[in-house]
Amino acid sequence: MTEVLFLSGKGGTGKTSLAGAFAVLMDEKVLADCDVDAANLHLLLAPRLVDEGNYEGSKAAEVSPDRCTGCGRCREVCRFDAVSAEFRIDPFLCEGCGACLTACPAGAIDLVPRVSGRWFTAATCFGPLASAELYPGEETSGKLVSLVKQKARALAEDGRLERIVLDGSPGIGCPVIASVSGVTSAILVTEPSLSGLHDLERILGVVRHFGIPAYLVVNKADLSLELAERLETFAADHNLPLLGRIPYDEAVLQCLATGRSVVNEKHSPAGEAMRAIYQRFVELQSDFGTAGDEPTSHRVREGKSTT
Amino acid sequence: MRVAVASGKGGTGKTTVAVSLALALAETQPVQLLDCDVEEPNVHLFVRPEIAATRSVDKLLPRVNEAVCQRCGACVRACEFHALGLLGDHILAFPELCHGCGRCVLVCPHGAIDEVAHSLGTVETGTARGLLYGQGTLNVGEAMATPIIRELKREIRPEFTVVLDAPPGTGCPAIAVLRGVDVALLVTEPTSFGLHDLAAAVGVARTLDVPVAVILNRAGVGDDRVEAYCADEEIPLLMKIPFDRAIAASYAVGTPLVDALPEWRERFAALGKRLEAVMAR
Repeated sequence: MTEVLFLSGKGGTGKTSLAGAFAVLMDEKVLADCDVDAANLHLLLAPRLVDEGNYEGSKAAEVSPDRCTGCGRCREVCRFDAVSAEFRIDPFLCEGCGACLTACPAGAIDLVPRVSGRWFTAATCFGPLASAELYPGEETSGKLVSLVKQKARALAEDGRLERIVLDGSPGIGCPVIASVSGVTSAILVTEPSLSGLHDLERILGVVRHFGIPAYLVVNKADLSLELAERLETFAADHNLPLLGRIPYDEAVLQCLATGRSVVNEKHSPAGEAMRAIYQRFVELQSDFGTAGDEPTSHRVREGKSTT
Repeated sequence: MRVAVASGKGGTGKTTVAVSLALALAETQPVQLLDCDVEEPNVHLFVRPEIAATRSVDKLLPRVNEAVCQRCGACVRACEFHALGLLGDHILAFPELCHGCGRCVLVCPHGAIDEVAHSLGTVETGTARGLLYGQGTLNVGEAMATPIIRELKREIRPEFTVVLDAPPGTGCPAIAVLRGVDVALLVTEPTSFGLHDLAAAVGVARTLDVPVAVILNRAGVGDDRVEAYCADEEIPLLMKIPFDRAIAASYAVGTPLVDALPEWRERFAALGKRLEAVMAR
């Protein structure tokens, strides 16, 4: 199985636009939107819902007022400041660890499962899509990312598809680590700015930490030639293969506004650059999703994430 | 006033707005600027702070004393995060799954577990261009960002106007920043992605009872659905920043917008006043 994950560290560098382009250009694949905080890939794909379900990723402690004696042990042991002065539990601060339940001498606390989001599978013109949405204010996005990946792998198995394109989230924390685990390559999309360079260093650190082969794409490359050069020097110094540069092109934003993929636009310089990047990526993958590929042959160390 | 500059979607211009707002307000009042995007902190690239103090933010990991442990498995059963396992005759700890809650210590009937500190990242404080400055940084490879954000927020000085640069998204790190602020200034762009993620961010802020206002960045490209959404939801749209290559070029090299294009200085000072009005509603 080939699993290609788009990451960036910094947000808004064009992960989803490029993932959308790969969705159009690649054959025989499943799509997975791992940015469960701000899932956008479906906006480019006109999905038709196939299946959906609740996501019960976490628990939260609840105090039964009739049994609570007000001794305050729960408040003493809670390390997440989730217990108020009146010994009530704030569900947004509660990690669901149950330390309060262990400490409570009156048996007044229960851990209650909570629905933190929904997962979806859908059919699109470009292949099956797995995605999810985290409810506003809910935690445990890492576990929901893992669930999306499970659903995508099941869709791939059902459809006898050998490839998964995964759109990741910004940052380097819990949801990113959950998305990185077990993929065969990561395409890092950045932009020519000091922020882009700084954030690339950190996301590359995460990807390398988990032993995943990484590739670089410089988006909006002509907005600062100086920083674009510095990015490419950084890439060369770190043995990070450059798949290509995408010029700033208003067609990308216009396509985003209307929910289309820019690779289908005629005469779009960005669209052409994305096609070239896809070709370059395929060339670099000598055994790109070929039939008979052992499913685990590219599997690298599985990463773990909390929450 | 505590203003969190947030967004659902990444890369919409949060840091540009937070830095420019802080610098513009600092001309008339004491301002504290906190970079709460601990996964990818970038404010320092624009204000080049002098850091006076650095401290580690730690998670407490269980350490099992094999000589005292009776292999009863109570800790393994109690851990909600599967961070402890009983393998043969040994209790194994999986540090990356541990939330550092301490329940295993509480539940062990033999007192066989103590805890060791493991650094998740740092909180740094100092000054930058007349601002009081603070930033959190998550160590590469660590998953838990919220403890660093919580620790950084302990630096908040009530007598200052505080500008907090939030991480993108609507997950736990964004919530940790938005909780308890007086107003959330949501930065978005006129695209279907911008609109979709703005609505999610508004949902989070409203869940936390934080009043919201919107800044539309890269105005002029895309469509006007964000503006229609704000009108429908009665959310004040306080500023539009056009797409401009000069703005992008100054951002690229770490020059704050209010320095590169001084006409923005007054606009951001006025934005401060309008935020106070949003808070008062």
